[in-house]
Amino acid sequence: MSGGAPCWQDILPGTVTLGESSRVVETGLWRSLRPILDVEKCVSCLKCWVQCPDMSIQTGEGGAVQGIDMFFCKGCGICAAVCPTGAISIRPESDFQDEADASSGGASPGKVGELVGQL
Amino acid sequence: MASSNAVLSENKRPRGEMTSGNMAFAEAMRQINPDVVAAYPITPSTEIPMKFAEFVADGLVDTEYITVESEHSAITACVGASVSGARVMTASSANGVGLMHEIFPIAAAFRAPIVFGLVNRTLGAPININCDHSDSMPERDSGWIQIYCEDAQEVYDSALLAIRLAEHRDVLTPVFVCQDGFITSHCYEAVEFLSDEDVREFVGTREARYPLLDVDNPVSYGSFVTSEYYFEIKRNQIEGMNNVMRVYGDISNELASLTGREYQPLDCYRTDDADYVIVIMSSAAGVVKDVADELRAGGVKAGCVRVRMFRPFPAKEISSALSGKKGVAVLDRSASPGGVSPLAAEVRSALYMSCRYGFVPVSEFIYGLGGRDLFPSDVERVFKGLMAEDYSSGASYIGLRDKNGGAEGGDGDGSR
Repeated sequence: MSGGAPCWQDILPGTVTLGESSRVVETGLWRSLRPILDVEKCVSCLKCWVQCPDMSIQTGEGGAVQGIDMFFCKGCGICAAVCPTGAISIRPESDFQDEADASSGGASPGKVGELVGQL
Repeated sequence: MASSNAVLSENKRPRGEMTSGNMAFAEAMRQINPDVVAAYPITPSTEIPMKFAEFVADGLVDTEYITVESEHSAITACVGASVSGARVMTASSANGVGLMHEIFPIAAAFRAPIVFGLVNRTLGAPININCDHSDSMPERDSGWIQIYCEDAQEVYDSALLAIRLAEHRDVLTPVFVCQDGFITSHCYEAVEFLSDEDVREFVGTREARYPLLDVDNPVSYGSFVTSEYYFEIKRNQIEGMNNVMRVYGDISNELASLTGREYQPLDCYRTDDADYVIVIMSSAAGVVKDVADELRAGGVKAGCVRVRMFRPFPAKEISSALSGKKGVAVLDRSASPGGVSPLAAEVRSALYMSCRYGFVPVSEFIYGLGGRDLFPSDVERVFKGLMAEDYSSGASYIGLRDKNGGAEGGDGDGSR
């Protein structure tokens, strides 16, 4: 039954898992709504960066907002709600079911559109 | 105690005081100086957080004292602090313990070595503030170590032992230090305290293995796992409990070298050559020991086993202490409606594998619910029942007003 999975003697005590494991968990797969950033309207006030619960707002030099990390973004919509310039809009994930690798809307769009397409 | 000085300095000297079980536990907390205490008051344990709050207010400890809105929050704060790497203590009783129930298995699974002063009081309803063990017994499967103390001295010594035991690398398991509400917690008796310096040396400082506040080495506790992993994690936790007996022996020997007081998992009183033995826990053991002495003066070989450590249960020790006896009575201070009372069930189970060397009949008695006293005459009747080979298969009730005499569903005569 082990099949390569760890036996009880091999695991850490106390339910402990070593840190930064969230970096490999693609929470973007949970998303049913997708934020779309319009960089022309964005003034990089960073309200979305502060409020995002998953640190999905990507910034560059000087804190300029560059995009939204779709690998982690769960589509909660907080970024759009707090944006003072209307630079972030929310669209249903089903709008993107045809995209191959979803190059629009973020650096790493995840597999949501692909999975929705399989349904 | 090793000392280069011919005369002990004032702060190294043990001191004797008239005090109570609650005050003894609070004094142990002052000397241990835990990093965090989160507590919510409930009778009869209230004096522990109350006295400790005084120590905090007077600047005698460095503890972060967290006042909360419920027992559930108290134990939750304790768990958070403990996995952050803090040394954590708290106290509660009765329905306060019941409200904490949800969090106890989480503390144990997180291997959070919290030391908990549990002052036994009955669970309502009807509401009653006096002693029985119905608050701690439902927690026997929560994954916590349970130590039951006979007197205030043992409460004090056990608090010190419990810190070392809980935090030991091979154990990492929280501990309940139980004492009988009012009987032990509020009655004053002579207690010898170690010096602050000796306590500090004995308990040392906690070396947490995976503290959440070690931000350079980040970890997560209690992440969601599927059925592919849960079972292995739970078995890994149980190993901590399995290591307790070995580790406890070393720590109790070390404390005994400081105090001269030694505490075995079982307190066996005149049992070696005994024919008839009563098994009991906590403060009522004194009554049984007195009656055993009186019966022995009359030629009856009577003895008493006081079960001090209930989790892990010292099954091998019970089996070797009781095998070959003519009769055993187990006196439980809590009931398991529809089943066998907790202590009686453990004792019978422990004796099962030694049945092939001779059957030892074990009678089940329930006494003292809601603080009812256990009298020497009650204990004498139990011993006389054993001598008359009057074994009931069901539970009998001691000191109960009963039109039918007190036995239930058994073949005994029921007159206890």
